[in-house]
Amino acid sequence: MNGSSTLLPVSETTESNRSRFSFNRDTYVVTREKVVHVILLMCALVSVFTTLGIILVLLFQTLEFFKEVPLLDFLTDTQWTPLFQDKHFGILPLLSGTLLTSLIALSVSVPLGLIIAIYLSEYAPPFLRKVLKPFLEVLAGIPTIVYGYFALITVTPLLQNIFPSLSGFNALSPGIVMGIMILPLVTSLSEDSLRVVPKGLREGGYALGASKLQVSLSIVFPSAFSGIVASVILAFSRAIGETMIVAIAAGQLPNLTANPLQPVSTMTSYIVQVSQGDTPYGTLAYNTIFAVAITLFIFTFLLNIISFRLRKRYFSSGGD
Amino acid sequence: MNSFEIHALKQRTKNITFQVAAIIGLLFAVIVLLLLLINVFEDGWQRLSLQFISSYPSRKPEVAGIIAGLAGSFFMVSLAALLSVPVGIGAAIYLEEYGKKNRLGKFIEINIANLAGVPSIVYGLLGLGLFVRWFNLDRSILAGSLTMSLLIMPVIIIATREAIKAVPQGIREASYAVGATKWQTIWHHLLPISFPTILTGIILAISRAIGETAPLITIGALTYVTFLPKSIHSEFTILPIQIFNWVSRPQQAFHENAAAAIIVLIAFTLMLNSIAIILRNKFSK
Repeated sequence: MNGSSTLLPVSETTESNRSRFSFNRDTYVVTREKVVHVILLMCALVSVFTTLGIILVLLFQTLEFFKEVPLLDFLTDTQWTPLFQDKHFGILPLLSGTLLTSLIALSVSVPLGLIIAIYLSEYAPPFLRKVLKPFLEVLAGIPTIVYGYFALITVTPLLQNIFPSLSGFNALSPGIVMGIMILPLVTSLSEDSLRVVPKGLREGGYALGASKLQVSLSIVFPSAFSGIVASVILAFSRAIGETMIVAIAAGQLPNLTANPLQPVSTMTSYIVQVSQGDTPYGTLAYNTIFAVAITLFIFTFLLNIISFRLRKRYFSSGGD
Repeated sequence: MNSFEIHALKQRTKNITFQVAAIIGLLFAVIVLLLLLINVFEDGWQRLSLQFISSYPSRKPEVAGIIAGLAGSFFMVSLAALLSVPVGIGAAIYLEEYGKKNRLGKFIEINIANLAGVPSIVYGLLGLGLFVRWFNLDRSILAGSLTMSLLIMPVIIIATREAIKAVPQGIREASYAVGATKWQTIWHHLLPISFPTILTGIILAISRAIGETAPLITIGALTYVTFLPKSIHSEFTILPIQIFNWVSRPQQAFHENAAAAIIVLIAFTLMLNSIAIILRNKFSK
C-alpha cells in the first residue's frame, strides 16, 4: 500500500507530461518513419535509374550512329575499319573475335571446372573444401589487368614455343588466361548446384549397386544439369564482357577469322582502343563505341537473364 | 576372379582414375596461378623501391614511378565508397525490410541482379555519356568516382541483403514487442548485428574498385599525369591505368615497371580480400 501511494503521484505527473508532449513526439516519430521510408526507397531506385541511364545513353548515341551507317551494313559487312580512310562498319569481325576468345576461355574453364566441382562436391574431404573455397575467393581478387600482363608477357612467349607461327598478339593466349580467370566462378557455381541434389537420389543409386563414380556422373550430374548450364552461361557472359585481358594481349586488330593464332579485336577491346585516343565528342568514331557497347550489352543481358532464370528455377525446385 | 570381381575392379579403377584426374586438374589450376604470380614478382621486385613508389611517371623507365596512380586510385576509390556505401546499404534495407512483398521491390531486385552482370566497360560508357558529357564534369576524379560508385553498388547491395536476411526474425519481433518502430528496429538492432557481414561486402567492393581498369579508361582518365589531384575536379590517373600504359609499351624496362606496379596493386587487393574472407568466417560461426 505504501509503495503504491508513493508511485501514484509520479505516474500522474508522467501521465500529464505525456499528454502535453505526446502529440509532438508521436508526429515526430511517425514523420521520421515516413521520411526514412522515402529515403530508403530512393536509394533502391538509384539502381533502376542506373539501368535506365545505361539504356538511354547507349541508345541515344547509337541512334546518332545509325543516322550515318545503315543497320544492314552494321550487321553484314565483314570489315570493321572506322578509324581508317576506307571506313567499314561491320560488327562481324568484332563478334567473331569476341566469340573466339570466349570459346577458348570456356573450353579451358568448363571441363576443368566441372571435374573439380564434382570432385569437391562428391569426393573431397571436408577440410579440403574448407581450405579451397576461401582460397578461390581470395584469388578472385586479382584484378583483370594482372591477368592481361600474364597473357602478354608470360603465356604468349610460352605458347610460341609450342606454336612457332603464333603472332605476338593472338586470340589463344588471352583466351586461355581468361579461362583460368573464370575457373573459380564455374567451379563455385557448379559445386553449389551439385550439392543441392537430394541425398536420396545418391542413396537410390548406391542401393542399385552403382559405384561412386557412376552415381556422380549418371545421377548427380544429370540432376544438377540445369544449374550447371546456368553457371556455364554466366561464365560465357563474363568472358564476353571481359576487357583488359583481350585489350592487352589480343592485338586490337578486327579480323574475321576462326584462327586462334592470329591477332583479333573484341567488342570490349575496340571500345578501349577508341577511348585511349583523342576521339572528339560527337564524331562518327565516337558514336561507334556506343553501337558496339549496345551490342555487347544485349548479348550479356540475354545471357544473364537466361542464367538467372535457370538458376532460380533450379534452386527453388530443390535441385531436381 | 569371377566376372563380378572383374566388374568391381574395373569400377574401382575408374573411380580412382577420376579422382586422380580431378586432383591433377585442381593442382594444375592452383600451380599455374601461383607460377604466374611468382613470375610477376620476379619481373618486378628489383624495381620496387621507395623511389619507385614516390616518383611521377616518366619517359625514362628507370626513374618512373607510381605516385600519381596511387594517389588517384586512393582518392577515386575513397570517394566512390563514400558515395555508394550509404546508398547501397539503404537500397538493401529497403529491399529486405520494406519492399519484399510488393511488385516494385521484386522489380528492383531483378534489376539489381542484372546490373551485377553488366560488363564493367558498359558502366564506363554510362559514365562518359552521363557524368563526363551531360553533367559536364569532364575527366575529373568526381566523374570517375561516380561511375565507380554505380559499378560497385550491386556488390554492396547484394552483400548487405544477405547480411540483413541472416538476422533471426525473433530479434525484429522482440524489438517491436517493446514498442520500437521499424526504423528504430533497423537502426538499433538489425544494422549493428549484421555490421560485420556488411563490412565484408564493403571491403570486397572496395577491392573490386581498386582493380577495375576499363571503365576509367572509357571515361578518359589520363595515362600520363605528373601532379597529385588537388580537388575532386582534378584530372587524374589510377594505378591499373598506369600498369596498362606500361604493359602496352614495347620496351622490356617498362614491362618491369608494370610488374612492380602489379605487385603493389595485388598487395592491396589480396590483402583486402583476405581481410574480408577472414572477417566473414570469424563472424559466420
